[in-house]
Amino acid sequence: MHISEGVLSAPVLAGGAAFAVAATAVGLKKLTSDRIPQAGVLSAAFFVASLVHVPIGPSSMHLILNGIVGLLLGWAAFPVIAVALVLQAVLFQFGGITSLGVNTLIMAAPAVLCYYLFTPFIRKGHATAMAGAFACGALAVLFSALIAAAALVFTGEAFMEVSMALVGAHVVVMIIEGIITMFCVAFLRKVDPSLLPGFIVRRRGKQAGHAGVNQK
Amino acid sequence: MISETFAFGDSPIHRMDPRLRVAMAIFFSIVTAVSNRFPAVCLALFMACGLLGLARLPLRPVLNRLFLVNGLVFFIWLVMPWTYQGTPLFTLGPLVIAEEGVRLCALITIKSNAIILALIALTATMPVATLGHALHHLRVPGKLVHLLLMTYRYIFVIETEYQQLMRAARIRCFKPGTNLHTYKTFAYLVGMLFVRAAARGERVHQAMICRGFNGKFICLHDFSFRQTDRAWAAAMGIGLIGLGVLEWTPII
Repeated sequence: MHISEGVLSAPVLAGGAAFAVAATAVGLKKLTSDRIPQAGVLSAAFFVASLVHVPIGPSSMHLILNGIVGLLLGWAAFPVIAVALVLQAVLFQFGGITSLGVNTLIMAAPAVLCYYLFTPFIRKGHATAMAGAFACGALAVLFSALIAAAALVFTGEAFMEVSMALVGAHVVVMIIEGIITMFCVAFLRKVDPSLLPGFIVRRRGKQAGHAGVNQK
Repeated sequence: MISETFAFGDSPIHRMDPRLRVAMAIFFSIVTAVSNRFPAVCLALFMACGLLGLARLPLRPVLNRLFLVNGLVFFIWLVMPWTYQGTPLFTLGPLVIAEEGVRLCALITIKSNAIILALIALTATMPVATLGHALHHLRVPGKLVHLLLMTYRYIFVIETEYQQLMRAARIRCFKPGTNLHTYKTFAYLVGMLFVRAAARGERVHQAMICRGFNGKFICLHDFSFRQTDRAWAAAMGIGLIGLGVLEWTPII
């Protein structure tokens, strides 16, 4: 979900950029420099995962996965998503420089919100965790669509219908993101729970949560 | 899947100092994004086309790219003209197409494409590694640049891993469709990517420590700002002033 260059008004762009810079600074502070290589490789995995196209009916959609990004990275989601958006802008011209702040906010703010909302569910029993994971994936997309819609409406009243249509168009995406997030969390709980927040698993003598960048 | 289509070439733009290109892209994007008058955005589009011409990029891939990234613009064209409350331009059955709506759509389309074209000409004409070094020289925080370069380094590796997993699934007769099995398969596949990425990240970090990595990002790359770069900077400055004049003074 990107807002293209040249659509939003100057105040919205400036506000989004200020917000994104502040939150990215917080994320970078929490991301100690010896965790950057791990965060970088995980960030690459998210970048590739967001290029995966899953079919819906005759069409297809690409994954967003900002719910899982939030669960796995916490506040580090801000710098990681900002970097992914820079790469998308340079490699594919999706988004650009002036809308980078707003687009970071659209993708990363729901990620951090979902991290706080759903971490307690993920470590509970199977059924609770699955329900939490589904809600995490679906709500992250819903929040993203709502922030994007808000950015459009603050630009001009004329965008009211466009933004409502935008949120409407993401209902199916929400459901599929929820399903994928649910299965993905189920998989991670079985295969490598130390990636998920709230699971303390010692692994090869290293300190707990080797890749859970959110641990520190 | 991932490729740097425009990164390598021999043109005045490719030879320009990357720091200058990044700075030019930033200023051009900002000035164009805040413009709201047709003369200004048309000049911006003209300038962007000029830059693209200077970069001597193959036309077909550029047009393909433009088509792909205009998704939101198409969407706005689809909804905005007949929902805008304004003077009717013409009626299409029950729908009334408003003149102001069409004007706003056209303005957005020109602005958006001008910025995208400039972005292709200025920033897509360098490898991401060079972009990282240029950003570092432009005082972007070291940690963020480091994260960018690490991500760039590993997207190709992880992409290969994804294709490998996908091939394995296809060999087992996996056919994507609209069903729970497909979504489950993709979810497990993506989960596997994360597990492998995390393990790889740990190994990479250990290898870096073995080589004396102390958390500092050291940039050995030096750029030179030549006479021609000064001329380009001046030309761009004049262009941007021209945009400003068209936008904020009632000349046209």
